[in-house]
This record gives sequence, C-alpha cells and structure tokens, in this order.
Amino acid sequence: MAQEHSAIRRYLLARGNSAIADRVFKSLMVLCALSIFAIVVLIVTELVQRSQLTLHTFGFQFFWKSYFDPTTGLPAYWDPVNGYFSALPFVYGTLVSSLLSLLLAVPLAVGVAVFLTEMCPGFLRAPLAFLTELLAAIPSIIYGLWAVFVLVPLLREYVNPLLVSGLGWTGLFNDQNPTGLGYFASAVILAVMILPIISSLTREVMTAVPHSQREAVLALGATRWEMIRMGVLRNARVGIVGAIILGLGRALGETMAVTMVIGNTPQIKRSMLATGSSMASVIANEFTEAVSDMHLSALIEIGLALFIVTIIVNAIARLLVWAVTRGAPVTQR
Amino acid sequence: MQQGFKMQTRLRWLGDKTATFLAVLSTILVILPLVAIFVYLILKGAHSLNLAFFTQIPKPVGEVGGGMANAIVGSVTLLVIASLLGVPIGIGGGIYLAEFGRGTKFANAVRFTADVLNGVPSIVMGLAAYALIVVPQHHFSALAGGVALGIMMIPTVCRTTEEMLLMVPHAVREAALGLGVPNWRSVLSITVKTASPGIITGCMLAFARVAGETAPLIFTALGNDFWSTSLNEPIAALPLQIYVYAISPYDDWHRLAWAGSLVLIVLIVLAVALVRFVTSRGVLKGAS
Repeated sequence: MAQEHSAIRRYLLARGNSAIADRVFKSLMVLCALSIFAIVVLIVTELVQRSQLTLHTFGFQFFWKSYFDPTTGLPAYWDPVNGYFSALPFVYGTLVSSLLSLLLAVPLAVGVAVFLTEMCPGFLRAPLAFLTELLAAIPSIIYGLWAVFVLVPLLREYVNPLLVSGLGWTGLFNDQNPTGLGYFASAVILAVMILPIISSLTREVMTAVPHSQREAVLALGATRWEMIRMGVLRNARVGIVGAIILGLGRALGETMAVTMVIGNTPQIKRSMLATGSSMASVIANEFTEAVSDMHLSALIEIGLALFIVTIIVNAIARLLVWAVTRGAPVTQR
Repeated sequence: MQQGFKMQTRLRWLGDKTATFLAVLSTILVILPLVAIFVYLILKGAHSLNLAFFTQIPKPVGEVGGGMANAIVGSVTLLVIASLLGVPIGIGGGIYLAEFGRGTKFANAVRFTADVLNGVPSIVMGLAAYALIVVPQHHFSALAGGVALGIMMIPTVCRTTEEMLLMVPHAVREAALGLGVPNWRSVLSITVKTASPGIITGCMLAFARVAGETAPLIFTALGNDFWSTSLNEPIAALPLQIYVYAISPYDDWHRLAWAGSLVLIVLIVLAVALVRFVTSRGVLKGAS
C-alpha cells in the first residue's frame, strides 16, 4: 500500500486478477466434474486390489464352479469354513429374484404409466404421480421391515398355498419351506421397490411421444386403447425397454430388503418358494463376520462383479431412454 | 357382413374398456403397498414414540424401554460428513456441466457417468469406502460411513444442479457479464443464486436418499449401542439400528424398529414434500 497506483493501472490489475480468478474457478469446477470419473476409477481399483486373492486363486471359475461335499454327497457351493468358494448360488439368486420381480412389476408399471398419462382425470394426476414418487423415496430398510413382519406372513398363510396347489405341477412352486422367506418373497418386495422407477421413466418417454401421433391414430377411428397401443406404446417402446432395464439394474443391486427376506442360505433350488441368497445379500450378511482373507476377498469380488454388471445394465438403459427423450422421436418410418 | 362389422366394433369397445379397467386396477395395486406401509408404520410405531425414544440409548436385551437417541445423533453426524463431501463437489460438477461444458464431449461423458453411477448399488459404495478407509485404518469409523454416503450424493446433486442451472435464462448471464462482472462472480452470485431454491431442493433430495441408506453403513460405520461422537470410532445410525432390531428375535426391539422407521420416513416424506412444493410453486419460473 506504500505505492499509489494510477486509475488505469488499478483497472488493469483488477482485470488481471479476475482473469486468474476465472481460470482458477473454471479449473475447480472441472475438477469437481472429474471427480465423477475418479469415483468410478477408485471403486474399480480398490475392489480389484482387495479381491486379488480370489481373482488369482479361482479366476473366472469363481462364478460357476461347484464342489462336492464328501460327508453329504450333495453339491456344495459356499462354505468359507471348509474353503468352498463359489459365487454360483448368489448369481442364481440375484438373477431369479430380479427377473421374477420384473415379471411382476413391468405390467403394473406400464399400466400405471398408461393410466397417469392417457386416462387419468387432471385433478388426480399430480397426487397420484406424487404417491408413486413417494414409493421410490421409502428407504429399502423400511421395505425390508414391512416385508418381514407383514408381507412374508401374508405370503406364507395365503399366497404360497395357492401357488403350491395351482402351479405346483410346474416344479417351480414346491413348498418345503415353512418360513415364507425365499426367492418369491424377495421378488415381490423387489417388484414394489422398482415399480416407481419403471413407471416414472415410462411416463416420461410416453409424454415425449408427439401429440400428432395420438391425433392421427384417433382420426382414423381408433378407440382410446388402440390409440395408446398403436400411437403411444409403439413409439415409446425403446424407451420403455430402457426403463425396464433400469429397473432391472436397481433390482440386481438391491440389498437390505432382499437380505431380510431371501433367507440367506447358499443353495440353488428350483422352487421359487425355497430360500436362497443373492450377491448383495451375501455381502451384507457375511462381510462383518468374515475372518479369513479368502472369505473377505471372495465377498469383495462378488461386489466387483455386481458393480460391473450394474454399470453395464445402467449404461444400456440410459442410452435407450436418451434415444427416446432427447434424440429425434423414433417415428419416421 | 354388417353383422361381422358390428361384432368387431363391440369387441374393440370391449378391448378398450378392459384396458382401462386394467390400468385403473394396476394403479390401485401400486398405491396399495404404499398405503399399507404407512398404515403399519403408524399402527406399530406411533405408540412407541415417547420421550425415552428420543433421549435414551438402547437398553441391553431383556430390559424393556430405551431409545434410539444415539442412533439419531449418529445419523446426523454421518449426514453432515456426507453433505460436506457430496454437496460442494456435486454442485461444482453441476456448474461445470451447465456453465462451462455445454455440448462438449467431456460434459456428455460426465453426465452419462453420473447417471450410471446413480444406479450403482449402495452396497458397492460401502465396499469401496471400506477398502479406501477402513482397511488402511484397521478399524470401522464414522468417517468411513460418511464418505460412503457422500460419494453417493455427488452424482445426484451434480445432475439436479445442472438441470436447475439450465433453467436460468441466458439473458441473466448476459446482463451480468455486460456490466463487467467477472465470469466467476456472475456464475456464483447471479446464476447459482437464481437457481438456488432448485439446487437446495436437489440437495435435500439426495440427502433424503442417503438418509435411509443402510447397506453401505454395515461395514463402514458398523453401529454401536453407546454415545459416540468421535469420527474415528464406529457410530450408530438410525437405519442400521432398525436393521439390527428388525432381524433380532426380541419383541421389544421390533417395537423400537417400527418406531425408528416411522421417524425416518417422516423425515424423508417431509423432505420430498418440500421438494415437490418448491418445484411446483415455480420458484424458478419467477426469475425468468
């Protein structure tokens, strides 16, 4: 402050400072944006590093090998105490519960989306949309709690006997499990949880279909359902598939609710009413109790596989949804 | 010929009605679990909410009573750490996407990765935080739990910030720059300020989402039954406590689990309703 600057010098200094400040600000923001990539890289490197042991010992065999238990003569997959490590029952449990949940959720989700976008009276639309959104905001632990104390007893007492007597001949619904826990229970709660995701995205792609499509079909004398089927659903189908795949991604990685109702037994059963275990549930259930390095490493490798699978599933889903909502609508043909 | 045409029309009419009926039915089926969950939470949880619940720490097995005060404080602690990490970085990323990187390939890649990261299971985030913090430190800690939740907040906050900033009209930026305001000032005190109600609600939404997360805390924060404020030690959290109580065989603990869930859901619904209220009121539209 000893030296007095001229007005123009002060101005230039100020400009200079601002130029630096601008550059610093911009690079800070770029850094923040880069952190998104950093997170991905961090997750991959950390998980790969911590699962070195099983990656080297078993390789890809980890996901489909099976052992024979000499004492029982039955196939065994996962027994950390005896050194059996195979992720097969968890992959199976994850796939079965998520695909079954999609089967339950997709028709309902599309139905809700159709109702909300095409049929609903205006005054009901906002509250109903809010309620379905609320379903997405409920934490999975609360779904789990509700499933354990309300849903599972309900299934055990009323639904499972019906399934056994009605569909028992398929072999998919044999009841040897009196608890009501199992693949089917987790599929039901998963369906409730992924419904809002699928239906809100379906709604989004359906509203993206231009109005001229609806008007054109109606002008040809179609009923409302024919208009929805031919004018809306057909044009939005790519986006709806994207929404379904996104729901699948959520179902694959869902942890708490599934852990609480799937039963947590490392076995592969054909019956949907049997207990099992999923990739996420085995991590949640066993991680804090794992003592051997091999056990920890195996659980982390399951986590790594889950990460890679969900990344791929989500990427595909996002691309499909983007193709509909922001690119040109797929109507020119 | 005429007869067949009439028949067909009747069938089409029937198909239309069936479709409408099915759509209404599926909407009812979807709302049903929501109602059921809330009814059960209130029925089973409300009568356990008393002063003790909010002021006492858990009692040992067999003693009736006790509360979840330490879990509530622990959840707040974890969420503060998560917000300190997730909110600034997320908002920064959002500012980059909306103000500097519009239309660039890099920005598109960031946006895409953020969306994909949003779908990564929370348990994987927990594993990453475990490998990153718990393993080198050799013990579970509140810090690790907070970081796991913070990482989960970043993509959500980033994307909502971007969306809110994109709603700010260009004229506002041009006016600021035209007055000779440096760009960084223009972004921070004009654009971000205009969009701040939206950005705050976006942060609340991310906050509400991680507030109920349990999976990443199981092997980072671990949980405990005591008062603990040290960031370097395991800490209790509301969702974690609910999990432990729900899978326990004791009726009194189940009662506390329901009460804890009720508290959690009330907090989350308040946050979501606030978001809904602010966005539907069109606070942003007022600026344009």
